[in-house]
Amino acid sequence: MSSTTISRDQIETRVADALVEFGADRDQVAPDARFEDLDVDSLDLVELAQIVEEDYGVQITGEDMKTLPTVGDAVDFVEARLS
Amino acid sequence: VRRRVAITGVGAVSPLGVGAGTLIRSWLEGRSGIRDGAGRCADFDPADHLTRKELRRADRFTQMALAAAGEALEAAGFDGDPPVPGDRTACVIGTGIGGIKTIEDQHLVLEHRGAAQVSPLAIPLLMANAASGSVSMRHGLRGQCYGTVSACAAGANAIGAGVRMIQYGDADACVAGGAEAAITPLATAAFSSMAAISPTGVSRPFDARRDGFVIGEGAGVLVLEAEDAARARGAEVLGVVTGYGATADAHHLTAPEPHGEGATRALEAALADAGADASEVDYVNAHGTSTPLNDRAESEALEATLGARAREVPVSSLKSAIGHLLGAAGAVEAVATTLALRRGQAPPTLGWEERDEGLDLDYVPGVPRPLEVPEGRPLRALSNSFGFGGHNAVLCLEAA
Repeated sequence: MSSTTISRDQIETRVADALVEFGADRDQVAPDARFEDLDVDSLDLVELAQIVEEDYGVQITGEDMKTLPTVGDAVDFVEARLS
Repeated sequence: VRRRVAITGVGAVSPLGVGAGTLIRSWLEGRSGIRDGAGRCADFDPADHLTRKELRRADRFTQMALAAAGEALEAAGFDGDPPVPGDRTACVIGTGIGGIKTIEDQHLVLEHRGAAQVSPLAIPLLMANAASGSVSMRHGLRGQCYGTVSACAAGANAIGAGVRMIQYGDADACVAGGAEAAITPLATAAFSSMAAISPTGVSRPFDARRDGFVIGEGAGVLVLEAEDAARARGAEVLGVVTGYGATADAHHLTAPEPHGEGATRALEAALADAGADASEVDYVNAHGTSTPLNDRAESEALEATLGARAREVPVSSLKSAIGHLLGAAGAVEAVATTLALRRGQAPPTLGWEERDEGLDLDYVPGVPRPLEVPEGRPLRALSNSFGFGGHNAVLCLEAA
């Protein structure tokens, strides 16, 4: 998949869907929401990294994830890697 | 003086439906939960019992344990403000195999999508102690917590362990039981390869035509408490666990000792532990798997233990109605036995028609048998569980 075909909106939606699947409340999923406050833990973040890798070919390690405390930070990271 | 152990709550998910009441009612009515050669819990929707996060973080055996534990704890009055502090409440849930569906699913991920896509939840879902850990976490049970692993005796061993903790004072309450969800392609194929599973798909324990067990799934959980404290708080006592005996055959990895020697010692140990005489047993909830070997060895063990009265005591197998729940069997059967004693009924062995040579007990064919309350003591039952590996566990249960 070419990076130019993926919009930020699409990444945001994919990440939000994943977080809701993990058990987060959709109402609370927003760019400035902290993973910790969404009750998204390290096991969930590994799954999120796997989804991102499978869907977009972007590799994120567990160490990367620790530097991404909010939903928006994660979306930024993926977007930056794609561009 | 050791403390007596009361049962103050029971819960079950079984092929007869969700709930302990459904289990005993349906069994007494002679209903079978076996369809197409398997005892599936078709009525169980995990989403009715678990949050979205819990659902993702639990293999099916743990989902069933959570549902059964929720029912048992609510019945015992532990929801909301529990009468026993979490620090004094233990949790022991047995399983034969653990999260085998997770193992099979994740192995496919490994094969087809590669190691990097194997779920980080694979291990916490598949581990055999996941049920006990998850139940403890959900209900804040912070005493001893572990799983028992003894194949088809695991549920009974879990209850026995919980009984001892309370008797000894290590805990004031214990949430004890068993869970299994192994109706999967690999487990079914493997049991079939051993010729343990009935090729005809019929569970008819003790019948001459029996040809193997029918695989089932489910969970059973009991809330055990020190009886004095339970009565003092006004809890409804459903029954009392007065004895526990456990032994090993040390004979063969899968086949029982042919004369039920290990089972006999477990039966005798349970009676001695209860301080009861073999002449004072009113009902036996048999392991009764419907395999040629078990049902013969178990009948011999009961003849040896119960002596002159062996052929007068009603002996029946719940597996005739739900199949073999493996590591959950002993717990679901303890739930059913407790409720059968409360109702004063020996439930039937469904499908028993043809006597087999040498299997001469009263297997309660077809319809339940009323139990007469004896003079001067409550109704008493033995519940047998035996597992591959040669594990034997027997519980002595009494009406409250």
